[in-house]
Amino acid sequence: MDSFQETVFKLKKYWADRGCVIQEPYDIEVGAGTMSPETFLRVLGPKPWRVGYVQPSRRPADGRYGDNPNRLYKHQQLQVILKPTPKDVIDQYLGSLEAIGIDLSKHDLKLEEDNWESPTLGAWGIGWQVMLDGMEITQFTYFQQCGGIDLDLCPAEITYGLERIVSFLQGKESVYDIEWAPGVPYSDVRYFDELQLSVYNFESADVAMLWEALGRHEAEAQRLIDQYKTVEDPAEKRRFPLLGAYDQVLKCSNLFNLLDARGAISVTERVGVIARVRKIAVGVAQAWVDQEPFRTMKEVA
Amino acid sequence: MLPFLLEVGAEEIPDWMIPAALEQLGKDFQSLLEAHKLGGRVTRTDGTGRRLVLWAEGLVERQADSVEIVSGPPKGANPNAVAGFAKKSGVSADDLQVETTARGEYYTFRRQVAGRATAELLAELLPELIQKLYFPKTMFWTGKGGPKFIRPIRWIVALLGDRVVPFTLAGVESGNESSAHRQLGAGGPIPVTIANYEAELEKNFVIVSSAARRAKIEREVAALGNAQSDPKLLETLTFITEYPAAIRGGFDASYLTLPKEVLTMVMRFHQKYFAVNAADGSLAPHFIAVMNIPADPEGHVVRGNERVLRARFNDARFFYDVDQKRPLLDRVGDLANVTFQAKIGSYLEKTSRMVALAQELGGREAAEAAYLAKADLTTEMVKEFTDLQGIIGGLYIAAQGGKPAVAKAVYEHYKPLSMEDTIPSTATGQAVALADKVDTLRSCFAVDMIPTGSKDPFALRRAAQGVVKILVEGELSPSLRELAAGDGKLEEFFLERVKHYFREVKGYAYDEVNAVLAVGWADLKDVALRLEAVKAVRPTPNFEPVAAAFKRIKNILTQAGPLPPGAPEASLFNEAEAGVAAAAREAAIKDGGYPAQLERIAGLRPAIDHFFDQVLVNDPDPAVRDNRLRLLNQLISEFSSIADFSEIVTK
Repeated sequence: MDSFQETVFKLKKYWADRGCVIQEPYDIEVGAGTMSPETFLRVLGPKPWRVGYVQPSRRPADGRYGDNPNRLYKHQQLQVILKPTPKDVIDQYLGSLEAIGIDLSKHDLKLEEDNWESPTLGAWGIGWQVMLDGMEITQFTYFQQCGGIDLDLCPAEITYGLERIVSFLQGKESVYDIEWAPGVPYSDVRYFDELQLSVYNFESADVAMLWEALGRHEAEAQRLIDQYKTVEDPAEKRRFPLLGAYDQVLKCSNLFNLLDARGAISVTERVGVIARVRKIAVGVAQAWVDQEPFRTMKEVA
Repeated sequence: MLPFLLEVGAEEIPDWMIPAALEQLGKDFQSLLEAHKLGGRVTRTDGTGRRLVLWAEGLVERQADSVEIVSGPPKGANPNAVAGFAKKSGVSADDLQVETTARGEYYTFRRQVAGRATAELLAELLPELIQKLYFPKTMFWTGKGGPKFIRPIRWIVALLGDRVVPFTLAGVESGNESSAHRQLGAGGPIPVTIANYEAELEKNFVIVSSAARRAKIEREVAALGNAQSDPKLLETLTFITEYPAAIRGGFDASYLTLPKEVLTMVMRFHQKYFAVNAADGSLAPHFIAVMNIPADPEGHVVRGNERVLRARFNDARFFYDVDQKRPLLDRVGDLANVTFQAKIGSYLEKTSRMVALAQELGGREAAEAAYLAKADLTTEMVKEFTDLQGIIGGLYIAAQGGKPAVAKAVYEHYKPLSMEDTIPSTATGQAVALADKVDTLRSCFAVDMIPTGSKDPFALRRAAQGVVKILVEGELSPSLRELAAGDGKLEEFFLERVKHYFREVKGYAYDEVNAVLAVGWADLKDVALRLEAVKAVRPTPNFEPVAAAFKRIKNILTQAGPLPPGAPEASLFNEAEAGVAAAAREAAIKDGGYPAQLERIAGLRPAIDHFFDQVLVNDPDPAVRDNRLRLLNQLISEFSSIADFSEIVTK
């Protein structure tokens, strides 16, 4: 039986063998692997890109103080982007399941309609949830739009729910019983994350501080987006810190999720805050597409 | 005569879209055959989530040759023009003929048009036919601006007789090679012929026939236990599998202490399992799942599904236990933080309006139920299983020691969910359901959120339809006018729903509905009785002629302009007029219910016919004319309390 980390190694190797750059997680809090610039920004524009990375994904509202065997504040996604999508993409995906020891001739596999949409990112795609013996193990999406922009190459996004897949492989009832490394259970690695951050997210986070931080990061992103529009010199455009602006978007998205978990956003306000985050996400995406030709430009001597 | 086979191979198409796509494929291909005179007919369409398949027979090998008559210049035209026409037609001027048409004599040329090979035509036409299949949401996959379809197309089989119809669509070349089940059968392409197509695929674990898959599922499910009938789930499973097989799993009986509605919801909607009943009709601790592989000899699939279900039930138990820590009664205040609609306000405000309305409609118990009806929106269980709102509230009230009648009313207050659904079973429940729906309608109409066309985000049509259904089927007395509370647009909206209800649900003809509603719809119970009577009496021989006569009378009265006041003067009557007046007096007896009254009205026919035979209403003497108009007017008003017969469409 493979440990959690062994399964991750195998999946990374599998996709590395198929031309993917294997990246490390993005170092800002995100709610999903999609939000990493490796996906959000790289799916834009005409350049092919293949990447795979594990992204710890924080969903404050899903926290259960480490009490619930199947729900986590932070879970690990293995995200694969194939841009453009190869014709045999589903066969390649099924191959990855075989590679981690799932004999598909003995298991029930179904691709059930599930179109993905992220209102805060202005992104959506068409696809399925992949069901293995009745359990959702992967979200498979053909990206259609990101940051409100139609995508040139329609990448495939494969998002593996690692805890689910490994608890399936190891036959564990609780994610905390998963063996992370030989002899080391998941609970030893992650339990206190779940407990203490559930306490923080639900009980102790300072709401006023979070609102203020949200406002400041939003303003910083908007300042950069506005400033980019005034830049005309190609060399200046090329070095303009849109990646810095995007980091501010990610901060806002996470602060929104925290405020939501804290119960600080009423249903009425929700729509408005989502629109605020989407506005800066779309702003960065549009600027990023505009910057594309300047980024391909050779270094100015 | 050639047979034809088309298989469009795609990645998994959503199950619910497949039957409609197959139907369109069949129709469109049949039209193509007819439009291009290719003979033959579509014999079958069928498929799975990964393939849309069409069979046709009797296609010609090539179209018949035909002659096309091309008209040129008139006979008297300049010789240059004639020569030009001949040159354009590729013949010498001597080969032209002169034909006489309705417009005169013209030079013509008879062009022999050779029929085209069917394969060649199909190769041209099939890509468009496939791409024109309608799907609710389509996608790009080869890149922006490329072809769109419901999911990527990965292979195409197109065979006319034993030959491939060659074309390319979305970069896929048509051929004679199909594809096996995703995990089973041959790994590569499967060469097929029209004759062996289904057999070859079956060898490769694809049952192309949806009827055969459905039957296999039904048979195997029945063999595994007393599954709850679930036609929608059966359809879903038929179209998300290529080689279905049923398995039975179990769960710990301790979960049966959770509400069966929750357990059933998890099994049916989240997991796509059939729920199983025990011999006594209660829920059994079993489920039946349908896999997309033929067998599970080592029990992997059963164990996997049991594990998933256990996790889901554990979640449900967690929600249930957390929810019980705060009784529903204490949660009502929390509704201040739950928005009903931004422009309208919170659910707490909605609750207080509902309480007042329920009190009016159903008394104290209804008001008590209305107070609690929305409180379950704050529970973890409803946040997880939103479709169970109301139901969870009812279950919690019962579990927390509330009045059974109140619990039942809350449980049922979203009913009826559709035109087929039943209305709440108790008077209290009906009052709460009405209060909820009427409040939603009044509030939305007050802020001008009125459905237009297909846009109805708050499902107001369904709400209004529910109100109508509850009033009619509950035989309740409040009128829709009262419920609309003076909002003219809402009244009109209700009237549309009343018409819709009696036509679509009750199956009355549209003119019967119009005739009955034209004379009043304040009391829907009464509308139902009047409609029933009109429908019953309509086939009798005198009814439609009398209706036609009423229409004629109405036209006469309209053309005559403002009516002279007063009752008709009997002393001015001639024999025919007196006959009508006498018949009318007799028919006006109100006993015996609507059918008897209608029959008496139909019985006016001989007297009315006689009147119109003998009398010209527009008599030169104004006194006689006015008296006749008064008589006719009296007749119309007297007999228009059941229906406005002039609305009946007569042959």
